[in-house]
Amino acid sequence: MDTRFWTKEKCKWRRKVLPLTAFIILLALWGTIRAQSPVDTLPPSPPTEVTAFDTPNDAGKNITINWKLSTDDGAGRNIVKGYDILRSESQEGKFEVVGSVVAGISTFQDDKVKNRRNYFYKVRAKDHTSSDSPTVGPVQASGQWYHKGKTVVLIFVVIFTALVIYFVESAKKGKKLYVRPIPGMDAVDEAVGRATEMGRPILYILGLSTISDVATIASLTILGRVAKKVAEFQSKLLVPCYNPIVMTVAQEVVKNAYLDAGRPDSYDESNIWFLSSSQFAYAAGVNGIMLREKTATNFYLGMFYAESLILAETGNIAGSIQIAGTDAVTQLPFFITSCDYTLIGEEFYAASAYLSREPKLLGSIKAQDWGKAGLIALIILGGFFASFHFDTFINLFTVGH
Amino acid sequence: MRRQIPLAITFIGGVVMIIQYFIPHQISQEIYRGVLDWQMIVGGFVLVLGIGSLVTHHTEKVKRQKEGWGYSLVALLGLVMMAIAGLFFGGMASDKPFMQIFIYAQNPIQATMFSLLAFFIASAAYRAFRARSFIATLLLLAAIIVMIGRVPIGAKIWSPIRVISNWLLDYPNMVAKRAIGLGVGLGMLSTALKIILGIERSYLGGGK
Repeated sequence: MDTRFWTKEKCKWRRKVLPLTAFIILLALWGTIRAQSPVDTLPPSPPTEVTAFDTPNDAGKNITINWKLSTDDGAGRNIVKGYDILRSESQEGKFEVVGSVVAGISTFQDDKVKNRRNYFYKVRAKDHTSSDSPTVGPVQASGQWYHKGKTVVLIFVVIFTALVIYFVESAKKGKKLYVRPIPGMDAVDEAVGRATEMGRPILYILGLSTISDVATIASLTILGRVAKKVAEFQSKLLVPCYNPIVMTVAQEVVKNAYLDAGRPDSYDESNIWFLSSSQFAYAAGVNGIMLREKTATNFYLGMFYAESLILAETGNIAGSIQIAGTDAVTQLPFFITSCDYTLIGEEFYAASAYLSREPKLLGSIKAQDWGKAGLIALIILGGFFASFHFDTFINLFTVGH
Repeated sequence: MRRQIPLAITFIGGVVMIIQYFIPHQISQEIYRGVLDWQMIVGGFVLVLGIGSLVTHHTEKVKRQKEGWGYSLVALLGLVMMAIAGLFFGGMASDKPFMQIFIYAQNPIQATMFSLLAFFIASAAYRAFRARSFIATLLLLAAIIVMIGRVPIGAKIWSPIRVISNWLLDYPNMVAKRAIGLGVGLGMLSTALKIILGIERSYLGGGK
């Protein structure tokens, strides 16, 4: 039997095992020395300047707690791991942890409180040990009746409403208002007339949004004007709808338009129907209608998404006159490329008033122009003040949440 | 009365919702949530009207054998098939027929429709970028710079193109977008006010 320690075979595995054993022994030695070294048992310095107050501009049931970080958080001995927020309903009562934040954070919102009840708070800086701030309170939560952060919006709404009322009243008194021509709307008569001459229907798409979207409502008001012209010209109007509520309203709008035109008998409810509320199924359906019915004129007015170009290009291929209008900025280039006329942004909202030529409706367009002039002036002033770091002016227009 | 009552409801509803926006109190939030709930409830009922409309429209086309009635027949069969699959064959679990048809039939069809967009973009771009005027030429140049600047090979060809492309998007493009956005905001507010104040009433009929 070979009793030598360093034989060739034994060497092979001992070379592997020995360094590993040495490493484990050293590691254990280091751990033992470290365990016996003195530990910092002193607690971190407590958070200071703790404030607790009812969270402003909220629905209630929420208290905000702010504090100044412990001097051992990010500085000093830098040992703070985080903070616990403690709450009690009496100053001497039992405090319970209601939340925790990591080191470096100095604010917390307690949303598990009741309105009109006294609460006391403490903030605890944590390491191996901990230290508490002095108790603050009592503080009560309550809901507010006015959102102070939205004052700038309120002022703007009041001014704009006053402008609308002023210009509408001026128009009613007979003041002449100039509204620049909108080619897309000037073409409506021509488009409806062409459809009548060709004996082909007119297609009206209300967009792919719901009735709560202002773009859909604006489109419905334009539909009323267009439907009246269609009824006068005795042409056929097709309105496939994406949303059942929009369909119901569209049926009423078209019915009333036919009634106004003195042609209630020409109204056919089946021409305003629900097609699909699936985006591309709707696009496929509308494309099919364009190609089968060979529509003479297509209106795309409302809110559109990725299907805009699929619809407009198919209409273009079919040779229809196309009038589009949307407030979806990303879809505008597609409509501009594929349609004969496109109402860009605000033109779309002015279209109903423009078509009606009613002075009181045109008055609202004038108010829009003045609103725009005001915004331009504010942008120029803002640019000027921002260049000189005069932030007070810019902060005036910050809307709080 | 036929016009006064809807106008009064619109006015009250509109004013309440405007005021609600400025009141963070819980009562105000509950009113808002209530309105949203009612909207969903009404939406649920109106869906029945939508399906009714769909069935009537297509049945009529099939009955009268109007042009393209075959498509209407497919639409009706699809509706019935999905309803049966959902109601009688295990509901909406992912391994049941309803979801299987949705995942393996409807989704690919929709994806196919969406892919058509690539071809339409090509044909629309061809029309838009024809340099027939000074402005069209500018548009063409801007489009070329932005397109090349957005792809990795662009920077390899000429490294400043990425910077120019980003500048075009961040400044001239952003200015135009924000200008349209401001106009849209004013237009929306103006339309909402016209409807709430009863100035715009064409949706009720009887307008000039």
